[in-house]
Amino acid sequence: MAGLELLSDQGYRLDGRKASELRKVQARMSVFAQADGSAYLEQGNTKALAVVYGPHETRGSRSKSLHDRAVINCQYSMATFSTAERKRRPHGDRKSSEMSLHLKQTFEAAVLTELYPRSQIDIYVKILQADGGNYSACVNAATLALVDAGIPMRDYVCACTAGFVEDTPLADLCHAEESGGGTALALALLPRSGNIALLQMDARLHQDHLDALIEAAMTACKGVSKVLDGVVRQHLEEVSVLTRD
Amino acid sequence: QVPGKTWKDCDGIMLKSKTFVKKTRAGGVLKIVREHYLRDDIWCGSEVCKECKDEAPVLQEDACIESNLCSYPHYLIPDTNVVLHQIDILEDPLIRNVIILQTVLQEIRHRSAPAYKRIKDAIHEKEKHFYMFTNEHHRETFIEREPGESANDRNDRAIRVAAKWYADHLAKKTNGGSLKVVLLTDDRANKEKAEQYGLIVYRCEEYIKSLIGNPELVDRLALQPDDQNEITGSKLLFPEHLPLSRIQSGIKNGVLLQGTFHANRDNYLEGTVFINREGEDINEVLLQGLQNLNRAVHQDVVAVELFPKERWVAPSSVVLQDDSPNDEDAEEDETENKLNPKSYISEAVILKPTGRVVGIIKRNWRPYCGMLSQSMIKEATRHLFTPADRRIPRIRIETRQAANLAGQRIMVAIDGWPKNSRYPNGHFVKNLGTAGDKETETEVLLLEHDVPHLPFSPAVLSFLPKMPWSITEEDLKVRADLRHLGVCSVDPPGCTDIDDALHCRELENGNLEVGVHIADVSHFIRPGNALDQEAASRGTTVYLCGKRIDMVPELLSSNLCSLRSNVERLAFSCIWEMNHNAEIIKTHFTKSVINSKASLTYAEAQMRIDDTTMNDDITKSLRGLNRLAKILKGRRTEKGALTLSSPEVRFHMDSETHDPIDLQTKELKETNSMVEEFMLLANISVAQKIYDEFSECALLRKHPSPPPSNYDILIKAAKSRDLNIHIDSAKALADSLNNATVENFPYFNTLLRILATRCMMQAVYFCSGMDSDFHHYGLASPIYTHFITHQEVRCYAQRASVAFHTQLFFKNKGIINEEGFILFVRKNAIIILIPKFGIKGTVFFDNKDKPSPHLIFDSEGPTLKVEEHMFRMFDKVKVTISLDASNIQHQRIRMALIEPVIPGVSVPVPESEPEAKKPKLDC
Repeated sequence: MAGLELLSDQGYRLDGRKASELRKVQARMSVFAQADGSAYLEQGNTKALAVVYGPHETRGSRSKSLHDRAVINCQYSMATFSTAERKRRPHGDRKSSEMSLHLKQTFEAAVLTELYPRSQIDIYVKILQADGGNYSACVNAATLALVDAGIPMRDYVCACTAGFVEDTPLADLCHAEESGGGTALALALLPRSGNIALLQMDARLHQDHLDALIEAAMTACKGVSKVLDGVVRQHLEEVSVLTRD
Repeated sequence: QVPGKTWKDCDGIMLKSKTFVKKTRAGGVLKIVREHYLRDDIWCGSEVCKECKDEAPVLQEDACIESNLCSYPHYLIPDTNVVLHQIDILEDPLIRNVIILQTVLQEIRHRSAPAYKRIKDAIHEKEKHFYMFTNEHHRETFIEREPGESANDRNDRAIRVAAKWYADHLAKKTNGGSLKVVLLTDDRANKEKAEQYGLIVYRCEEYIKSLIGNPELVDRLALQPDDQNEITGSKLLFPEHLPLSRIQSGIKNGVLLQGTFHANRDNYLEGTVFINREGEDINEVLLQGLQNLNRAVHQDVVAVELFPKERWVAPSSVVLQDDSPNDEDAEEDETENKLNPKSYISEAVILKPTGRVVGIIKRNWRPYCGMLSQSMIKEATRHLFTPADRRIPRIRIETRQAANLAGQRIMVAIDGWPKNSRYPNGHFVKNLGTAGDKETETEVLLLEHDVPHLPFSPAVLSFLPKMPWSITEEDLKVRADLRHLGVCSVDPPGCTDIDDALHCRELENGNLEVGVHIADVSHFIRPGNALDQEAASRGTTVYLCGKRIDMVPELLSSNLCSLRSNVERLAFSCIWEMNHNAEIIKTHFTKSVINSKASLTYAEAQMRIDDTTMNDDITKSLRGLNRLAKILKGRRTEKGALTLSSPEVRFHMDSETHDPIDLQTKELKETNSMVEEFMLLANISVAQKIYDEFSECALLRKHPSPPPSNYDILIKAAKSRDLNIHIDSAKALADSLNNATVENFPYFNTLLRILATRCMMQAVYFCSGMDSDFHHYGLASPIYTHFITHQEVRCYAQRASVAFHTQLFFKNKGIINEEGFILFVRKNAIIILIPKFGIKGTVFFDNKDKPSPHLIFDSEGPTLKVEEHMFRMFDKVKVTISLDASNIQHQRIRMALIEPVIPGVSVPVPESEPEAKKPKLDC
């Protein structure tokens, strides 16, 4: 059986998008009352839930706390029902540990941790449905949850993936595109400054194409940032209406 | 197109989700959910339309083609089956302004890779004005599958909806104007529904026939029965195999025959089953056609059913290679007439027992080496694998790393061959390396010829003697001490495994004592141990160009069992007392200890013999041996021993890169034949001895005399030069071969001898108790065995290695023009031998790409008349030789005819590169 044609001659992708188009991003903030901050985000069929606690005193051993800034603690997990095949996912497997570490690095770059010395900020993210770009969905959801928790950040952290198919960079890959071979790159961007918080690429890519691919991913991240900004503003509007009453 | 555009504001209308279930390879069921975006910005692609913001519309405004049915300008929308079957029509330059729907294109992609490729090429061609409309993502043309609707029905409906949309869209744009769309479908149900839906719809045939002034298009219509509009994927290609129980009973009562299947190397539609049962009057069954071969693979043990005599056929002499388009699903009708065009069959051909395979008794599949022929669809995961051995069919494998495997030599194993599949299914085993690479190709050769070439295991090595090794007192007690004799060895240059040595001295009674000494390997390798078993499984040392695969570990082969000079070695000696007429007076055999005084090359030995100033023991011994050898040879020839030749090639290797620099045919020196003569003598003496001692169970070797019919080709060939070959006896044959010379054609005799080799039977080992005829035809000896094989034991792997190095040589040399002789004449080709390089090549006259010239083949001659020129055997021709690297999988030496000049067949003389003319001669 023939494989999938990721990009047609007319420039349409499998799901009908063009190369630089993102999937539909939808989000809600403050989905849980108990947590300090929370958000639910859909990026196409990838659905993520993020919850933030803190800043609070360092739990467990004191030695972990830092005297000049807050510790960021991230935990990533996937629901058993998140993929096509139901699969038990024990905590702390290699993939999710790696993802947790990436998230931690991303947010250490974005959160103004120096405002909260000797304290800790917990970020928990769970993928409810996985359809490619899990990392980006987590980052985007966690950004909204941090905003919801009122933790100061340098900027929104917006993440998006980009792939390279038939010499064309594709923005925001879905699962079929991610697994269909080719190179995928994940990028987390602080859009206003243009600083890169994290850049990850596992597969091989010719050096000549790297700039184009990063450029595509950055454009996509900026697109995401517009959506996130819209979500935050709409949320604020709703909240202020509620509090006025 | 807005970069980073998001779907936030579109609010769900444009987003559909596709859900379907899929079975995984492990058998599980997966639910796959995919997003499906619908868009407003997909343009209709017509020049007429002002609303669609298409920058470069494809479809023309005046899409006129004169037709009885449609007098108005119109666009065509073919459905899937029309594109699939009538692609020839669609490709015609006359047919323009066609809308190919995405639904159609996707279906074609699944069904036929070649058709997909062709229609895509048509879309890319500007002149054709073919437009691909992405209807599946258009907001107004996307439809969802309804409950109970099959995928095919849904697609048909999608095509109708899209056609309707076009019709309405264009009508609006032209204000109800004349531009229309015409749907082409051969599906009756679809046509009816479309008519109800208000579409203009025709059958393809109907439409094409209506075109005015283009009758030639009608000829290109693919014939199609009206009702058969759907190819089912599960069409049975092969008859079912019988169950084993029925095969067994069939064989028992004689209805079926059991044998080993051998595919024909030159014709993939033909094979032979060798019946290996005693007392069967038929020992070969010919099989022709895919159906009759019925999925048998080379070397399988199969059960065959014989056809009645009137269906027997003759083997075809057409060269056919399976190179149909690389499409796993295409089921081409490879009809029998491709195999054996009736016109060729003349009365004279001998019909052979013909049959068909009804069942497989035992598969003999092994991993095969070869290369991947990538599917035409880039993302495809199923590809065809073309084995290096042409007798093995192509194998379909599934791989995601096709792009990486392109150009690599890989190994693939067959998993099975379902009866509805044109090719067997297999899987990727391992990657051997880049094709054309010397290491890789050597590995391929070894694997393909099943040569065990891994390093020896520790278990094997544990049976080696401990070093330092020396001869003990006990050894000397039981062995004859021959260390004082002037023994020497004569071998090819660079030989490290010297297994035999000779001596000759004058005895006091005036007679000569001649000894042949062979390394006593049995002293080191005891029967039954791991070392013995390993050596038995390897069977022989394999000599490749520049590489040797040892049968026993190097310590033995190149040291302890190598009769090197000036070291004491254990040997087994065969010692004759002869008079000066080389008549044997006494023979005796003994285990011995020898000390070789010199290890010489053939050239060195020759020099010593010729140099009159040298008079040491060794040289005298050599002269004596040489003199006796000449007498022995003369006597043997007198008795009718044959001297047959086959061209042998030697390479001069570059010492740094091991690339061949120059190649020359092996020349034989007097000393070669001297060594050979004594080896033969030793073998004959040993054969006689073991037969005397063990008359019931001596292992001997015989060479049966060939049946007279084998010589037909030789006699015909000679007759073409007015020469007679007598085949009444070996002697007569040898004599007539000796006399068969043609003036001004010195190479003729060699050619004739090469041909004679082809007439011979295979020599076989046998046990003396089982047979009464011991005669060795080729050597004209009443009894023979292999006590010593010297290094003349050749392996196919070596031949192939030579072929590969020859290719490497021509790759470096570029194009060479050379003279050659026609060795064989076939129905569609001539086989040419180039004496200078000792290589053979085929010049084909029928070419798929261009019309083949007029060929008349006469099997009597045999002659082949190409246009005006008559080719006969042994004709001198001029060819240009180059390496055909266009298909890296089957890189081969290509020959093309320069002389005689036949218009449309021969090629002009290419500029040969200057370096090719004067090859460096450095050895």
